[in-house]
Amino acid sequence: MREVLADLSLVAAKDLRIEFRSRVLANQVAPFALLVLVLFGVALDADQRTLRSFAPGLFWVAVLLCALLAVQRSVAVERADDAVVGLRLSGMSPSALFLGKATAVLVQLLVLEVLLTGGIIVLYRSSVEDVALLVLTGLTAGVAVAAAGTLYGAMAAGLGVRETLLPILLLPVLAPVLIGATRAFDDALGAAAVDGWAWLVLLAGLAVVLTLVGALAYRVLVED
Amino acid sequence: MTHLGYLLSGWGIALGVLAIYALRLVRRGRRLSARVPPAHRRWMQSPGTSGD
Amino acid sequence: MDILATESRITTGSRGTRLLGLAALAGVLALLVFAFVLTDPDVRTHPTSGEEFGQFDAVRLLYLHVPMAILTYAAYALCAAASAGYLLRRTPWWDVTAHAAAEVGTLVCALVLVTGSIWGRPVWNTWWEWGDVRLMTTLLLFLLFLGYLALRRAAVDPESAARPAAVVALVAVLDIPLVNRSVEWWENRTLHQKSTLAELKIEDLTLFTLVLGIVVFGLVVTWLLLHRFRVGWLERAEVTHGIDRAIAERRGVASTTGVDSTVGQTREES
Repeated sequence: MREVLADLSLVAAKDLRIEFRSRVLANQVAPFALLVLVLFGVALDADQRTLRSFAPGLFWVAVLLCALLAVQRSVAVERADDAVVGLRLSGMSPSALFLGKATAVLVQLLVLEVLLTGGIIVLYRSSVEDVALLVLTGLTAGVAVAAAGTLYGAMAAGLGVRETLLPILLLPVLAPVLIGATRAFDDALGAAAVDGWAWLVLLAGLAVVLTLVGALAYRVLVED
Repeated sequence: MTHLGYLLSGWGIALGVLAIYALRLVRRGRRLSARVPPAHRRWMQSPGTSGD
Repeated sequence: MDILATESRITTGSRGTRLLGLAALAGVLALLVFAFVLTDPDVRTHPTSGEEFGQFDAVRLLYLHVPMAILTYAAYALCAAASAGYLLRRTPWWDVTAHAAAEVGTLVCALVLVTGSIWGRPVWNTWWEWGDVRLMTTLLLFLLFLGYLALRRAAVDPESAARPAAVVALVAVLDIPLVNRSVEWWENRTLHQKSTLAELKIEDLTLFTLVLGIVVFGLVVTWLLLHRFRVGWLERAEVTHGIDRAIAERRGVASTTGVDSTVGQTREES
C-alpha cells in the first residue's frame, strides 16, 4: 500500500512537473475554459437571470470539454519518445501508474474548476450559497472525471486514434457525473431548490466505482 | 384504423432496416467465404491453426 | 457430403441457420397478422363521462417496440458476458461473439429509439421526452455502444482492439444502473410507468401477441447474431490467412513449388 502511494505520487509529480514546465494548461486549456464560458453567454444571448440559472450546467459542460484536453495532454506526454514503455519497465504496478496519472489530471481539473467558478461568478453573476457543498462536489466529480478520463485516454491512445475517439468513448460514461454535479451545484449556487447533498452521495459512489474500475481495467490494458 | 401513418412508418422502418442489414451480412459472408480457404472457414476453430 | 455441406463453403449459412431464417420469416408474417388483424385497438371508455380514450391503433406499434427493447438489453447483456469471457479466457471466440452482439444490439437499439419516438408522438404527444428514465437510459446506452463500435472500427488490427473493447463494454453495462438511478433522481417522473403497459388493458390476445413478438424478434436477432459472428470469424481468418500467404509467397521465391496448397485451391474456386 505504501509502495503504491509512493509510486502514485512519483508519477503524479512527474506529470505535474512536465505540465508546469510546458505550461499547456496555463497557456491553452485555461483560456479555452474561459472562452467556452464566453461562447455560452453569447450563444444563449441571455439576460443575466437565465445565465444564472443555467450556470451549474454550463460550468460542468465546460469542465468536461477541458477534461478532454487535459486527458489528451496526459496521454501525449507518455507517447512522446515511448515514455510509457520506460514507466512499465520500472516495475511499477499498473494500478499505481493509473492512480498517479489520474491524480495529475485531477489536480489540473481542480485548478480549472477554481478558475471557472470565478468565471461564472463574474460573468454569470452566480453567488455561492453553500461553500462546503461546492468544494466537495468539485472534488468528488473531479475524481470521477479524472479516473474515467485517464482510463479511456489510455485506451484511445493504445489504438493510435486518440483525438477523435476519446470524446465519443468518454462523454457518455460521464453523463451521470454531469447530471449529479450539475444538480449539486444547483443547490450550492442557489440556482434551483434541490437536495445537493443527496446528489453528492451519488457522485461519491460514481467516483469510487470509476476509480476502482479504472485501476483494475488499466492493469488489463497495459499488460503484455 | 387510426394512426396509420405512424404504424406504417414504424413497422416499415424496423423491418426494412433489419432486412437490409441481413442482406448485407449475407453478402459480406459470401465475399469473405470466397477469399478464405476452406481450412480456415470452420467456425469453432482458432484462426491461428489450420487443418480440420 | 450432401448439398448443404458443400454450399456452406461459399456462404455463412448452414442447415441450422437456414431453418432458423425460415422460422423467423414465417414468425414475422404471423406477428404481422396478429398485430394488425387479430388484436383489437386499445379503446377504453371513461367510467363517468363515457368518453372514449386510450392508444387506439397506435398500440400496434408496441408489439414491435417492446420485444425489440427487451432484445436490445439481452444483446448488450450477451456482449458484456462475452467481454468478461474474453478477459478470462483470451480466445477469439469470445471476442468475435462480443463484437457481434454489440453490433446487432446497437442496430436494434436504434430501431427501439426510432419506433418509440414514432409511438410517442401520437400517444404522449411528443417525439422525445426528456426526463423519462427508460428513454434516457436507452439513449445513453446507444451512445456508449456507438463509442464501442467506433473503437472497433478505428483499430487497424482486430486483435489489438479486443482488450480495450472488452473494457468499454463492461464499463458501459456497469454504467446502466448508475445512469438509470441518476436520471430517475434528475426528473422524478416517468411517462413509461404511468401510461403504457401497466395501464394497458392487457387481454389474453394482447399478451399473447407481445410474447409472440418477443419470440419472433428473438429468432430474428439470433439469426443476425449467428451470421454476424461468422462474418467476424471470417474477417479474422482472412487476416491470419493473409499473413500465412505472405509467408508462403516469400518461401515460394526460393522454391517455386512450395506454395501453400490451400492458396491454389481458393484461386481455382473463385
